[in-house]
Amino acid sequence: MWQQLYEELADDGFVIITVALDRAAEDARPYIEEAKPTHPSLIDTEHVVAELYSMVNIPTAVWIDEQGRIVRPNEPVFASDMFKDFHAMDTDIHKNELRAWVREGTLPYSGDEVRARLMLPTHDEQLARTEFTLAWHLHQAGHEDAAERHFVRAGELSPDDFTVRRGSMPVRGIDPMGEKFFELYEDWQARGRPYYRGRSRKEALE
Amino acid sequence: MKQFTILDKGVPREAVVSDSGDRITLTPDALSRALGWELKPQGLCKDGACYPVPASGDLLVDGAVDLATFATLVGRPLALDLQCATAALGTAAASRADSMESLIAPDFTLPDLDGRMHTLSEHLGKKVFLVAHASW
Repeated sequence: MWQQLYEELADDGFVIITVALDRAAEDARPYIEEAKPTHPSLIDTEHVVAELYSMVNIPTAVWIDEQGRIVRPNEPVFASDMFKDFHAMDTDIHKNELRAWVREGTLPYSGDEVRARLMLPTHDEQLARTEFTLAWHLHQAGHEDAAERHFVRAGELSPDDFTVRRGSMPVRGIDPMGEKFFELYEDWQARGRPYYRGRSRKEALE
Repeated sequence: MKQFTILDKGVPREAVVSDSGDRITLTPDALSRALGWELKPQGLCKDGACYPVPASGDLLVDGAVDLATFATLVGRPLALDLQCATAALGTAAASRADSMESLIAPDFTLPDLDGRMHTLSEHLGKKVFLVAHASW
């Protein structure tokens, strides 16, 4: 979790906001309470932020400057090395860049580079998010069979969106750390691990 | 005629619709009350923008608006469950691309564990590190 870095950077001009893409506050409660965050730690059961920022997996971070402008779009970030076997990323690089931004105002990318790194959504990805919204609503209304149809459809439309495919598993009674997750992980690897690597307007919409 | 729920970007709106097969239609009046779109001589209009009624005749069926054709016309993704009388209209990929390319961070309001609401724009003037995570 990010509390340690927040305390280290303790700066009036800097805030960390975490958003839990969990189906229920109760799923997020244990790990949030354990982290004892003093920064805003929010719950997004309907994946509002995932849609607004076109997030397709967690954990991911966006940097927003004092004027409310995105200066670093979605990138996977990890607070610790706990899952390093899976992501094989050096977790210190992003944290050191964040320290430099907060302390010295140094940004890793120019405005053009930020735009080039945006992963613009496709029509199918937006339809998948719409199917997910419908499925979630049907689930809450007690229509489990109908909800399942639309959760499945959402996953078919957007196979690389973990917020849809894995994020719906707890609601559907599927273990998100179990066999289905490993199937998804292997499926994603087999397709070359597509993930926030930049997708232009032309690639996304045509 | 039956009661239908249309989730407009996640917000539930109620409308009385007619269904025949997999086609859902609603009167211009019901469309206006549920989603704020008005049928005018110049086309389907909302917030000053109008889409001309297509010449194909698919949009209007006996004076009622076909929901799927409407969604295509205004470029919104539509998910539909006829059995449960529920539909969802999402955000068009092109609208989301416009918003993202502007690099203006979209605002949102969400609760914390205690139910207290927080809005991103309350932090204007600060650098924000926005992290999404989950238990799954």
